[in-house]
Amino acid sequence: MTLSSDPAAALLEPRFLDAGEAALVVQFGETVDPLINDRVLALDAALRADPPAGTREFVPTYRSLMIHYNPLQVDRDTLVAIVSRVAATVTGWRGEGTTWTLPCCYDPALAEDLDEAAQILKLSRDELVALHVKATYRVYMCGFTPGQTYLGGVPEPLKISRRPTPRPPHPAGAVLIGGGLCTVAPFVMPTGWYVIGQTPERLYAAERNDAFLVQAGDLLRFEPIDLVTFRDLEQRAARGEVVARKRAA
Amino acid sequence: MTAASAEATFRILSAGPGVTLQDAGRHGYLRFGVTAAGPMDSLAHAVANLAVGNQAGATALEVSVGGIELTAESAPLHVAVAGGEFALSLDGRPLPPAVVLKLDEGSALKIRAGAKGSWCYLAIAGYFTVPKVLGSHATHTRTGFGGVNGRAIIAGDRLGIVRSGSSAPSPGIIVAPWLDRPVDTIRVVLGPQHDYFADDQIAAFLAGPWTVSAKGDRMACFLDGPRLTHARGYNIVSDGIAMGAIQVPGDGRPIVLMADRQSTGGYPKIATIISPDLNRLAQARPGTIFRFAAVSIAQAVAARREEAALLARGIAVEPLLRTHLSSEFLLGLNLIDGVVGFDA
Repeated sequence: MTLSSDPAAALLEPRFLDAGEAALVVQFGETVDPLINDRVLALDAALRADPPAGTREFVPTYRSLMIHYNPLQVDRDTLVAIVSRVAATVTGWRGEGTTWTLPCCYDPALAEDLDEAAQILKLSRDELVALHVKATYRVYMCGFTPGQTYLGGVPEPLKISRRPTPRPPHPAGAVLIGGGLCTVAPFVMPTGWYVIGQTPERLYAAERNDAFLVQAGDLLRFEPIDLVTFRDLEQRAARGEVVARKRAA
Repeated sequence: MTAASAEATFRILSAGPGVTLQDAGRHGYLRFGVTAAGPMDSLAHAVANLAVGNQAGATALEVSVGGIELTAESAPLHVAVAGGEFALSLDGRPLPPAVVLKLDEGSALKIRAGAKGSWCYLAIAGYFTVPKVLGSHATHTRTGFGGVNGRAIIAGDRLGIVRSGSSAPSPGIIVAPWLDRPVDTIRVVLGPQHDYFADDQIAAFLAGPWTVSAKGDRMACFLDGPRLTHARGYNIVSDGIAMGAIQVPGDGRPIVLMADRQSTGGYPKIATIISPDLNRLAQARPGTIFRFAAVSIAQAVAARREEAALLARGIAVEPLLRTHLSSEFLLGLNLIDGVVGFDA
């Protein structure tokens, strides 16, 4: 990951924000930034390895870690003190990040908004796809729906605003761009983003040993496939096979 | 869907929209984008479960104002109902809104929206044999997780049940008058993004008054009232959403995010409703008018502790006798003949 960001972000003390009496937000910044996300993931890993008493769940997002806790078991100020200490000892994320190559079909039959997005970005269809395939993306977080991954590292020419109003539901496995980011969305949902492709991979599959394939901190690339290959891989994925390729960092 | 080990079955005769199976929630997967779901009113859910000797977080039916009618098959079932003041009847005979009773094979228990409240809970002495998803029965219909094939309960569903004993008097009245909770003031802890609003907007937010909109479901409660303006724009880089978070999107109309909320989101969250008061708000019907009051974390935790203490004392169930039924309850119902035969 390139260090395009402000190195000072790696040094600032986190802010502690209350999300009610049972959730604490540990905020390292307010922007999409790999260094900030590194700190979130580092704290997440450290806390998960040795969870403080009374904590229930840790939810890493782009720029903060949400800690769900039982306030009848741990006092808020005690928790802040513990987390501050842990945050001061972890300097950067050195996790076990996996690099995934995700097959993606950009055929307009599936990439419903490809031409619309290309027009807005003043690119040809092929240029848009080539730029999207060339980049390596960082999984900043999972959220919104089960297994949905939010990716940063979108090339500048592909940074498109969200739609002014949402479009009808996209199919499962849609690869979307919007708000300067990219997401892979395993559940059918309405969206304000643009569908530029579809992966046959199932990022969430209940019957698989690893129900969730990708996690925050992983890297991800897209490999273009044609419609015939898509249909084949889709059937294999439906049987529980993982059709994405995986390489440990 | 009825497993071979099931001893008894709930057969659903009719069900309005929004009736689902809920346990204490599918916890531990927020980091993968999985919403916990779980009961809208966790206090009432716990009361119904405790009244039949279950763990507080056991799986129960969450009944919406759409109502439900069901019967027992293969064996009688001990059940408890608690929550809002719903209108209950057993084979046409009216019952109080919070009861424990034996549902005989072929008897029909009908639950309809009553005087107040939006949700009630039907717990059974025992457990449901419906398959779990990620360790939980909690239904999240938007993603098709949990419940019966990931959906709400519909007429014709059969829910397998393995029974356990219940020591509560049957029929009995659940003595929990504190389930009737006022909704005039809802307490919040400000933040996590109240600094996206100027002081006068925080004041306007607290003062309201707010009206519960007719548009709302298990995911969100929409509020009608003053339009709030943002001091620093309304887009933030997505972060976690806690239960009860109040987000303010671009149109300035606050939305309370509830049991089926999305796990993350990108609108500023001006405040978070404290857990006991989120249960209250969940029971409020559209049109209910209220204000917010900001409290400290310490005050919020004290309120939580008070709520926990109500459950820790145990749920009192008194035998439902003719003497009870001849009192104000029956006068209110004006249906004295309808309930003879309930002496224990």
